[in-house]
Amino acid sequence: MSHVVTDTTTDNLGRYWELKPHHHPEGASTSLGFWVYLMSDCLMFAVLFAVYGVLGTSFAAGPGPKDLFDLGLVAVNTGMLLLSSITFGFAMLAMFAGRQGATLRWLGVTLVFGLCFLGIELYEFQHMIHLGAGPQRSGFLSAFFTLVGTHGLHVTFGSIWLITLMVQIARRGLGPENQRRMICLSMFWHFLDVIWIGVFTFVYLLGMI
Amino acid sequence: MATFSNETTFLLGRLNWDAIPKEPIVLGTFVVVAMGGVALLAALTRYRLWGWLWREWFTSVDHKKIGIMYIILALVMFLRGFADAIMMRLQQVWAFGGSEGYLNSHHYDQIFTAHGVIMIFFVAMPFVTGLMNYIVPLQIGARDVSFPFLNNFSFWMTVGGAIITMASLFVGEFAQTGWLAFPPLSGIGYSPWVGVDYYIWGLQVAGVGTTLSGINLLVTILKMRAPGMTMMRMPVFTWTAFCTNILIVASFPVLTMTLILLTLDRYVGTNFFTNDLGGNPMMYINLIWIWGHPEVYILILPLFGVFSEITATFSGKRLFGYSSMIYATVCITVLSYLVWLHHFFTMGSGASVNSFFGITTMIISIPTGAKLFNWLFTIYRGRVRFELPMMWTLAFMLTFVIGGMTGVLLAVPPADFVLHNSLFLVAHFHNVIIGGVLFGCFAAVNYWWPKAFGFKLDVFWGKVSFWFWVIGFWFAFMPLYILGLMGVTRRLRVFDDPDLRIWFAIAALGAVLIAVGILAMFVQFGVSIMRCNRPGYRDPTGDPWDGRTLEWATSSPPPAYNFAFNPISHGLDTWWEMKQQGATRPTSGFMPIHMPKSTGTGVILAALATVCGLAMVWYIWWLAGLSFLGIIAVSIAHTFNYDRDYYIPVPEIEATEDARTRQLAQGV
Repeated sequence: MSHVVTDTTTDNLGRYWELKPHHHPEGASTSLGFWVYLMSDCLMFAVLFAVYGVLGTSFAAGPGPKDLFDLGLVAVNTGMLLLSSITFGFAMLAMFAGRQGATLRWLGVTLVFGLCFLGIELYEFQHMIHLGAGPQRSGFLSAFFTLVGTHGLHVTFGSIWLITLMVQIARRGLGPENQRRMICLSMFWHFLDVIWIGVFTFVYLLGMI
Repeated sequence: MATFSNETTFLLGRLNWDAIPKEPIVLGTFVVVAMGGVALLAALTRYRLWGWLWREWFTSVDHKKIGIMYIILALVMFLRGFADAIMMRLQQVWAFGGSEGYLNSHHYDQIFTAHGVIMIFFVAMPFVTGLMNYIVPLQIGARDVSFPFLNNFSFWMTVGGAIITMASLFVGEFAQTGWLAFPPLSGIGYSPWVGVDYYIWGLQVAGVGTTLSGINLLVTILKMRAPGMTMMRMPVFTWTAFCTNILIVASFPVLTMTLILLTLDRYVGTNFFTNDLGGNPMMYINLIWIWGHPEVYILILPLFGVFSEITATFSGKRLFGYSSMIYATVCITVLSYLVWLHHFFTMGSGASVNSFFGITTMIISIPTGAKLFNWLFTIYRGRVRFELPMMWTLAFMLTFVIGGMTGVLLAVPPADFVLHNSLFLVAHFHNVIIGGVLFGCFAAVNYWWPKAFGFKLDVFWGKVSFWFWVIGFWFAFMPLYILGLMGVTRRLRVFDDPDLRIWFAIAALGAVLIAVGILAMFVQFGVSIMRCNRPGYRDPTGDPWDGRTLEWATSSPPPAYNFAFNPISHGLDTWWEMKQQGATRPTSGFMPIHMPKSTGTGVILAALATVCGLAMVWYIWWLAGLSFLGIIAVSIAHTFNYDRDYYIPVPEIEATEDARTRQLAQGV
């Protein structure tokens, strides 16, 4: 229309256009993006906690927490997950120190702890189903299996991711892309820990009172 | 349908010959759609367009192309949604005096469900997402979104959800539950066949796309703004897009999880929303509206931004009360989470709870009213140009105010007890969604079309479309207010009282007028495309409306990299300021530009997800498992690709920018 910008050079060229471009480091937004994703994931767990809050006492004349939970086993399980978080921290330290071998070893240890956690959880599930306390038995058990199972599913996918990343680090070293992925997986892993603290407190401990 | 069967075979699950509907209406539709589809595929093959489509569009990670594809998806699905609407109008005016009309209840119930689902999830959502995708990076002076691959993937997941939903028309059935599928009706006991499963998997596949695109745009707005563009210097549309994406990220996970729980009830036999063994159906209704109310603001907020841009541009003034507009938007964003219970006052939560939610609902009208006054004051003493976008904006203001006021009326719990689930409610939400969201989308299309394609839309056919749409809307929905006050509830198929018929006849006339409006709009597109090189249509300047924000600072259509140099913002309305200061455009000293590479991974992943969804619908477990493993394998393989970007070389940029220089010289 009327205000067409002409091409005559004047002094304000550099005022409105960045003539010497600044460089965005590659993947600069990934951490923030992953944080936002984790928060959306957190909301999914929020729904599950809310549902457990509503249905947690709907036993439908079936077994309740005191009949089913073995706090000793859950304590061991919690220990596995917390230890795996610590060892992931060691993997991150090794990564920042640029020690590829140590990073891989600590990731391996993390994986073992994660798999132990999953194994114990599966044993617990199998035991409950064997007792006739499966997810179909009552609203309480539906909410329990879904909340704990969704967390377990996250740990499973985290473990698959962890193995993938170990292969990638072994093949391509600790370049910026792999460092970025490590930071994301680290956030994911610690996030699952935080969720588990909620599960441990609200489902297991409060259930036994 | 009487003939369904849940008996399964290993190979095909519960899919068998009975799943193909034999009703003449459905069969006829199928024939027409199939012929159209075959013709389209044949044309694409005949003119050898497949490679071009795949390389330039399907696999593109360019936010502009993805934005356009979103809007094309919305327009295609809009035709389906509108076909449902006009079938309902016809049925409701037909089925009087003992007549059953022409639709049986099984078919009719699917139609009103599909109409709602399609219009919200596959028309309004892709339209709004497409607009944000196209415009936001340009308005903040960026070259793409933060995660371009994710953007492509999100789009194709939305398409996957639409395909699953459309498949239900010809294979099996769709849900007969209403668009939010409340249990226990949507439970396996009352909806034993595939309808609700189509609903679930269609929404879940599309929902992944929506959530990821929300994260993407949110991060883009936070991290990719041009130097100098502080939050309070962002264009209003970008601000409203920002709030919308916050709402998406903070509400769609709730929908996803709620639908997962419904899925578990249906597939595993859990007791979340059942009537026995401790389940609680009202929990579903709470959860789904905790997503559902923010959802309506997800839809309307970006259009408030559109109206703000258009009002300022066509009044030739800066927007009145920019800061108050932003604060109003943020207030609405927060308040949208505090009102969900007004959708079911009749649940019986008691006077205190209902009062709380009634009052919070009424409070939302305050920031919304502030916005309206801001637009009016922007027009006040402006040099208003009554171009098509401005006409749609004025129609919006008049229409939306009525819809808003009936909304406040419904927010009064005692009134709601009378009007709950009546046609008054139906009239209200169509009044705000058509008068707000749809009019806003049309305003946006008329406003930004020249930016996207380099030529303006035809004014004559635009005006034809406008007047038929606006008048048609009033004819179609004002009778529903009256019928609602007379006590007619929603989703009815047959009527006894002959006094009601005249109002349904007027509403049907309105639907016909709207149909003419829609037709005129497609004629408008066609005529404009054919005349795109004529002087009154072609836009060589890149700034056909004398715009104010940065998307008008580049050519129409913009080059792949949007801006050869990043713009620098020193205040609001950066492009307006550049024009006032006689800012020049750099024509030399270009540097290579870093851009993401196209990839087909998004298409492949979404295709696998679609297959997985359809396999789950039909209980074809082996296929569901296989496609799910495929999704994981392709995702992992994708992470082994470290070669994802390239540099546009300087000679290519010089050639593009020189062409632009010549074009500008001719345009003067």
